[in-house]
Amino acid sequence: MPANLETATGAEKLRRVAIDPISRVEGHGKITLLLDEHNRVHQVRLHIVEFRGFEKFIQGRPYWEVPVMVQRLCGICPVSHHLAASKALDVIVGARRLTPTAEKLRRLMHYGQILQSHALHFFHLCSPDLLFGFDSEAARRNIVEIAAQHPETARKGVLLRKFGQEVIRHTAGKRIHGTGSVPGGVNKSLTVAERDALLADAYQMVQWSREAVALVKQLHAQQPALYNSFGAVRAKTVSLVGHGGEMDLYHGRLRGRDENGAILFDGVDYADYGKLIEEQVKPWSYMKFPYLKSFGAETGWYRVGPLSRVQNCDLIPTPLAEIERREFVDYCGGMPSQAPLAYHWARMIEMLHAAETIKDLLHDDDVLGSELTVCGPRASEGVGVIEAPRGTLIHHYRVDDDDLVSTCNLIVSTTHNNQAMNESVREVARRYLHGREVTEPLLNHLEVAVRAFDPCLSCATHALGKMPLIVELLDVDGNTVSSLRRD
Amino acid sequence: MSSFKFDGREIPFVDGQTILQAVQAAGQDIPHLCYHPEFKPHGSCKLCSVRIGERMIASCTTPAAAGMNVESDTPDINDQRRTLLQMLFVEGNHFCPSCEKSGACRLQASAYELQMMSPHYDHFFPDRPVDASHEDFLLDTNRCILCSLCVRASRDVDGKNVFAFSGRGIHTHLIVNARSGRLGDTDFAAADKAAQVCPVGCILRKRVGFAVPIGQRPFDPPPQGE
Repeated sequence: MPANLETATGAEKLRRVAIDPISRVEGHGKITLLLDEHNRVHQVRLHIVEFRGFEKFIQGRPYWEVPVMVQRLCGICPVSHHLAASKALDVIVGARRLTPTAEKLRRLMHYGQILQSHALHFFHLCSPDLLFGFDSEAARRNIVEIAAQHPETARKGVLLRKFGQEVIRHTAGKRIHGTGSVPGGVNKSLTVAERDALLADAYQMVQWSREAVALVKQLHAQQPALYNSFGAVRAKTVSLVGHGGEMDLYHGRLRGRDENGAILFDGVDYADYGKLIEEQVKPWSYMKFPYLKSFGAETGWYRVGPLSRVQNCDLIPTPLAEIERREFVDYCGGMPSQAPLAYHWARMIEMLHAAETIKDLLHDDDVLGSELTVCGPRASEGVGVIEAPRGTLIHHYRVDDDDLVSTCNLIVSTTHNNQAMNESVREVARRYLHGREVTEPLLNHLEVAVRAFDPCLSCATHALGKMPLIVELLDVDGNTVSSLRRD
Repeated sequence: MSSFKFDGREIPFVDGQTILQAVQAAGQDIPHLCYHPEFKPHGSCKLCSVRIGERMIASCTTPAAAGMNVESDTPDINDQRRTLLQMLFVEGNHFCPSCEKSGACRLQASAYELQMMSPHYDHFFPDRPVDASHEDFLLDTNRCILCSLCVRASRDVDGKNVFAFSGRGIHTHLIVNARSGRLGDTDFAAADKAAQVCPVGCILRKRVGFAVPIGQRPFDPPPQGE
């Protein structure tokens, strides 16, 4: 079997199997396999086949429209885009430090987003695979069957998500695509009635989140070999951490670790992301391939998201989630877990952290405050970074003297994970499909690996315009005749 | 006091009132876009059209008369109003989801009121760059519905003639009184009446978009349960 399954030689002679579309993920993607007559795997690719174009059509629009427009990238985590854009535009309007009310309301909105998205992903999208088995009957692998077979689990999953959506509604004005965050702050605070309505359920959400962590731990305990090795590939990690090294999903500095957990960089101002990260374009996917510049495109790829964040931080600043983090770290034996299925464990730890944080913020009277916005000396350029449910989300804008956006660059969470997802899918193909008759349950194994990353393929294909491009002319034997490069 | 029938109800009026003015004075309304109580009626959007006998007439320009029987809220008239709205939506670029006027836009509110569920027609997708040259105001003609309120306000109240229409028929478009064609090169000012009358998101004060939260905007529905 070829070591690198990205590109096969003699592809025209191979049989193509496609999973199109990948189900139970956000957006539209497909996986293609090239197999020979003995079902040996020669090529595996995760393609992202949709095309959006937000970076282009935000150009020429007034800057204050940006947080509301760009969140339309996604219906699952619009709050993340809403807030990342707002953070970038805080810099533009000179709001170097928000009022306590604005900062805490944005955090409340963001942790509501984390809670609802993580609940959606685990209970609605992935629990059918985990509770029924990867090779269970396809017709059973859905939330409806979960509701039938595990009604309490399904009910709690639905209500956890609902609570997160309610937090968003009270802070942003709507459950999906609200307008609460504006450049320099927020446009509303909570009323006492809104705060009390959320507090009435907050403790229950903490408890149910603890139970969700326990459920994932139980799954790991039942099949440790599977959960620790399925689709595992060694990867570097990147995430924001707070200024004290703690988990902070709203704000912080960039930290990266190598495959063994050693710090590669730390305390990096996210406005300097361009010095760290570069993006590569491959002709078979609309999603770019980011990598750490210092390592180059071949080995510089990395993972983001819950698995990275839980292992990248030094602690989680809420007590119950911190206990769970320590247990997870102990379970991994002091080395970073490289297993995609461990994403679920890490994700539920984060959901618990989000529930605890929401509860704490609701007890802070600043969320009832009236000082909503600040401004200061104008700037022409701003970068905003946030840890979205799926990972590090970068928004970068330039605004001209007339207040119109002249440049927009977005590097979204799923894009960071592009190579890691491809590598995990290849690893699963090597182990489970190579040389075997292809069946639907086996193909679902590939989807399980993709789903673990919680990809949002809608967000990931936002670019339009002059992307870096390499055009290669190959002869019939696959040798390069000439090539053209545009950076 | 004289009166006329409006959808079966008696509406009193005084001499000089139009049908729309009398209906509004009686606490009711007729869908409208280009009408503004402070300006002479223009009768251009036709959304306020009502039926008297066999005739369709603009209620904003037609004087009320004793004994007339006016029909307004009927399925066929509302069908015609929806069609007018659908044509307005596809002629411009009305992207309500990211428009700061959302919730305060009379075009959007009318579409909700008349239950316009889709644009129905193919979008024109005209290419209209935003004019952000003015220090305090933005001119986004993607959303202009040619109601002429800014033209009338600038001419009749401000005495400036900053705005005018150019072109004919489907090519009619809003222009500003500057050789460069840019709002920033006119004498338009924030205190002008013309800065306050746009019923849609065409003439906008800069840097305050989305300051009013959802639920507190003029056309937001009341909170659930109230």
